[in-house]
Amino acid sequence: MRPGPGGCCCRRPTRANGCFANGEVPNGYVRSTAAAAAAAAGQIHHVTQNGGLYKRPFNEAFEETPMLVAVLTYVGYGVLTLFGYLRDFLRHWRIEKCHYATEREEQKDFVSLYQDFENFYTRNLYMRVRDNWNRPICSVPGAKVDIMERQSHDYNWSFKYTGNIIKGVINMGSYNYLGFARNTGSCQEAAARVLEEYGVGVCSTRQEIGNLDKHEELEKLVATFLGVEASMAYGMGFATNSMNIPALVGKGCLILSDELNHASLVLGARLSGATIRIFKHNNMQSLEKLLKDAIVYGQPRTRRPWKKILILVEGIYSMEGSIVRLPEVIALKKKYKAYLYLDEAHSIGALGPTGRGVVDYFGLNPEDVDVLMGTFTKSFGASGGYIGGKKELIDYLRTHSHSAVYATSMSPPVVEQIITSMKCIMGLDGTSLGKECVQQLAENTRYFRRRLKEMGFIIYGNEDSPVVPLMLYMPAKIGAFGREMLKRNIGVVVVGFPATPISESRARFCLSAAHTKEILDTALKEIDEVGDLLQLKYSRHRLVPLLDRPFDETTYEETED
Amino acid sequence: METATEQWVLVEMVQAVYEAPAYHLILEGILILWIIRLLFSKTYKLQEHSDLTVKEKEELIEEWQPEPLVPPISKDHPALNYNIVSGPPSHNIVVNGKECINFASFNFLGLLDNPRLKAAALASLKKYGVGTCGPRGFYGTFDVHLDLEDRLAKFMKTEEAIIYSYGFATIASAIPAYSKRGDIVFVDKAACFAIQKGLQASRSDIKLFKHNDMADLERLLKEQEIEDQKNPRKARVTRRFIVAEGLYMNTGAICPLPELVKLKYKYKARIFLEESLSFGVLGEHGRGVTEHYGINIDDIDLISANMENSLASVGGFCCGRSFVIDHQRLSGQGYCFSASLPPLLAAAAIEALNIMEENPGIFAVLKEKCEQIHKALQGISGLKVVGKSFSPAFHLQLEKSTGSRERDVKLLQEIVSQCMNRSIALTQARYLEKEEKCLPPPSIRVVVTVEQTEEELEKAASTIKEVAQAILL
Repeated sequence: MRPGPGGCCCRRPTRANGCFANGEVPNGYVRSTAAAAAAAAGQIHHVTQNGGLYKRPFNEAFEETPMLVAVLTYVGYGVLTLFGYLRDFLRHWRIEKCHYATEREEQKDFVSLYQDFENFYTRNLYMRVRDNWNRPICSVPGAKVDIMERQSHDYNWSFKYTGNIIKGVINMGSYNYLGFARNTGSCQEAAARVLEEYGVGVCSTRQEIGNLDKHEELEKLVATFLGVEASMAYGMGFATNSMNIPALVGKGCLILSDELNHASLVLGARLSGATIRIFKHNNMQSLEKLLKDAIVYGQPRTRRPWKKILILVEGIYSMEGSIVRLPEVIALKKKYKAYLYLDEAHSIGALGPTGRGVVDYFGLNPEDVDVLMGTFTKSFGASGGYIGGKKELIDYLRTHSHSAVYATSMSPPVVEQIITSMKCIMGLDGTSLGKECVQQLAENTRYFRRRLKEMGFIIYGNEDSPVVPLMLYMPAKIGAFGREMLKRNIGVVVVGFPATPISESRARFCLSAAHTKEILDTALKEIDEVGDLLQLKYSRHRLVPLLDRPFDETTYEETED
Repeated sequence: METATEQWVLVEMVQAVYEAPAYHLILEGILILWIIRLLFSKTYKLQEHSDLTVKEKEELIEEWQPEPLVPPISKDHPALNYNIVSGPPSHNIVVNGKECINFASFNFLGLLDNPRLKAAALASLKKYGVGTCGPRGFYGTFDVHLDLEDRLAKFMKTEEAIIYSYGFATIASAIPAYSKRGDIVFVDKAACFAIQKGLQASRSDIKLFKHNDMADLERLLKEQEIEDQKNPRKARVTRRFIVAEGLYMNTGAICPLPELVKLKYKYKARIFLEESLSFGVLGEHGRGVTEHYGINIDDIDLISANMENSLASVGGFCCGRSFVIDHQRLSGQGYCFSASLPPLLAAAAIEALNIMEENPGIFAVLKEKCEQIHKALQGISGLKVVGKSFSPAFHLQLEKSTGSRERDVKLLQEIVSQCMNRSIALTQARYLEKEEKCLPPPSIRVVVTVEQTEEELEKAASTIKEVAQAILL
C-alpha cells in the first residue's frame, strides 16, 4: 500500500486491448475470449466453449477504458498533483496550517524517518478521501452493519465520533461470502462452549506445547473438506503465505508469479530467496513462455538447471474479480513438471457447486494442485489460513514451517468456528443449510453482475466471481461514490492507486449468501441512481434488459437467475 | 570556372570507368557489396542460444527433472510428532493424556483461563460473532479495536498504538515499514526469528553486534560514522536503526537499555524494541523494560510486543509517538493486507489490561517466583541456567555439549520426557536450525507463571534436578 512515485503502477501494464490473450495455444485447443466475442456480437453475454479442458463456460470480461475517460482521469490526477504542490508550498511558508504529526524536538537532527516526498500522495490525495476507509463498525459484519458516525473538522486529518450509530447499512464490503459472520446460531454456540472450556489464548507454539486436540481435529477436517491427504492450519492468512513459501523453495529455485498476486504471496516469494519471474495476469501464453525459457536456458549466469519451479496463482483475484484459468495452468504445470501453489483466499467456500473452491468449480482433481492454500477469514467467518496437500508436504511443513516453530497457535474458539462452519458447508451437521448458502451465493453473484451490466456500468471479472469491481476511473469519483453510497445507507469499498493501476480506480462489491433479493434490489437501485448522478455508466456494450430483448439465438442461453 | 573544372573531373571519372579492366570493376563491386553487408549485419550475436532448434528445446524440456517439492522427512524427526494437549493449556495441562503442571506456556500472569477474560470474550462473541471478514481498511475496523489501541497507548503512556492480528507479524511488518534498501540496521546477534524475518523483508544493510555487547555496538556505529564522513551526501539519507529485545527470547537476558539510549543520541540511530517477553512482566506496572530502567518511553522510537504471552490473547501491537506509529497504517504490510483481529480476542486483551491495572502487585509476585526457581535450579551438575533471575522464561543448557547437536537435543528431550512423566510439563526451545542467523545452543525453556505455588516451584526444581542427574551422570 505504500504510495510512492511509480510505486505500484508498474505492477501491471495497461490492458491496451481490454481483454486477455486471444488466439490459439500450442496444445491445439482454441480459446476465445468474452471481450472478443462481445465485440463481434455487440454484447458481452456470450457463452464460449473452450475445447476439452473446460467443463463449463468461462466468461471473463475486461472492457476497454473509453479514451475520453482515460484522458480525463489523467487530467484529474494532474490537477490534484498541481494543487498538492501548491498546498505543500503554502504549508512550507506556514500560510496553511499543518496538521500532520511532526518529529520530536530532540530528534530533529536524525535522518528523517520517512522522506517527505514519499508522503506527497498520502498528504495531498489520500487525505482528501480518507473518510472512505477504516470506517469503524460496531456490529456483526453481516448483510447489514452498524457504522459509527464520524466527522472531521480539519479536512480528514482527524476524526471525531459523534456518538451516533448509522444503523442497518447494507454491507457490500465485507468478505462474508457464505454468511457465516453471525452472532447467533450453531457456530456461535459451539465457539462459546469452546471459549468457556479453553479460554482464548494458547501462549505457546505448535511445536512446543501449543498443539491442542482442537487443532488436530481442525486439520483432519480441512483435509477431508479439500479432498487431500493432510493439511495444516495457521493463525493468520497473510502469514500462511509469507511464512510457508520460504519453507518450500529457496536459492536455485524459480517462482513464477502472477503479476496481480496478493502482497502476502509477493512477500513470501521474496523471503524465500528464490528467483522470481512475473507473468501477465491470467495469461497462459506468458506463463508457458516463462516455463519453456526457464527449463531450456536454466539459471542466469551459472546456466545450471533450476532445482524446481513453483507457480503461484490465486483462485479469485480480489481486485479484478477474475478466476484463475486453472485447467490450463494444471495442463502447463504437468507438461513442464512445475509445482503449483494455489491461493484460495477468496475462492474457498465461494466457488464450486459444493463450495470447495476453484478446483471444485472447474471439476478438477485436488491432487493435481501441489499446494492448496486458503484462508478461514472470508467464507468461514473466522480467521487464519491453511495449507493442504500430500502427506509428505504437510509432514515437511510441520517440521519446517516458520509458523509452526515460532508463532503462537490458533485461538481455540476461532478454531471451533471454522470446524462448525466447515461441517455445515459439508452437510455434516445434518442440514442442507451449507449447500443452500453456496447456491444462494452463486445466484446472487449472477443476478447482481447481470443487473449492473444491464445498467451500463463497466464491470470487471468473471461472471461467477462474487467479487464485483465496478470501474470509477476518475480520482474525484472515488470519494464521491463512497460518500454518496453511505448517504444512501450502503457501505461499499472503493479502491484507487496504489492498490490498482493509477487510471483504474474502482468500487468493489463483495456478495454474500446473507444478502436477500430485497437487499440486493435496494442496493442496485441506489447504485443505479448514484451511477447516473456521477455519470459512471461508461460501458459501450450495453445489455438490453431481459424483458425488452428481442428473441434471437443469443438469448436462449440466458437461463440463470 | 569552378563548374567547368567539376564537369571535367566528372568526365574524367566516367572515362576512367570505361578504361578500367573488367576484373578491377568486379573487385570493386564486390568490395562495395561487402561494405553494405557489414553495415547492415550485427557485429555480435545477441543470443547465442537462439540457434537451439525447436526439437532440441523439446528434448531439453523432456530431459529436465525437478527436485521433489519437499525432501522426505524421517518418521522419527524430533519435531514431527507434536505433543497433543487435551483441554485448555493453562496451569494444569494434560499433555499426551498425562496431567502435568505447566512450566512451558508463556502464560506469565495466569490469565489464560481467567473467568473475567472469558466473560469479556464471550460478551464480544455474542455481539460481533467470531471473524471480522475484512482488513482494517474495508469495514474490518471494529469499535473494540479502537478501544484496545487506545487502552494500550494509555497503558504504555505513549501517544498511539496499532494492533496486528498475529504476534509474529507485528515486528516483522514494523521493521520494513521504516527501514528500506540502503538503510542500516544494527541488531543484536541473539534477536528472535520475527526480527530476523523483518530485517530480511526490509532489504536493509544488517550489522550484527555481539549479544548485549555495547562496546561491539559502539565499534560498529563508529565504523559507520567514519564511513558516513567519507560520503556525507549518502549519509544524509541513510536511516540508522538499532533493534533489540527487552528480554531476549533466546537467552533470557535483559538489554542494557540506558547504554542503548546513550548510543542512540550519540550516533543518531533510532531504537526499535521488541518486548514480547518483558511487556506485562518487568517494571512496577508491567510496562516493560523502559519502566524497569526508569527510562522515558519517548526515548524509544518504537516498542513492539505480542499479546500472546502476558495478555494471554492473540495478536500484537506497536506503540510510540504518532509521528512514528501512524506511518504503519499505510505501510505495515501485516496491518494493511491482513484481516483484522477477531473482536473477541481484542475484548479479552482489554480485560487483561484491566486486570493488570487493577493488580499492580502481580508483577512483584511474578518476580519473586522467578527468583525462587532460578535459585533452586542452580548447581545441577551437567545443566546450567541461562537467563536473568527475574526473567519468567529462561533456559537450561547442557554444561558440556556432547559434540553433536543431534545428541544434545536427544539428551534434553529425555529430560523433558521424564519430567513430563513426573507431572512437570516442560519443552525444549525449538528453532529452525538452517534458518536461524545465529543458532542458539539447544535448551529446555522453563516458564514461570504467577499461578505456580511455592511448593510446585520447589517440586519442579527438584524433579528437574533428579531427572537431569539420572540422565546426565
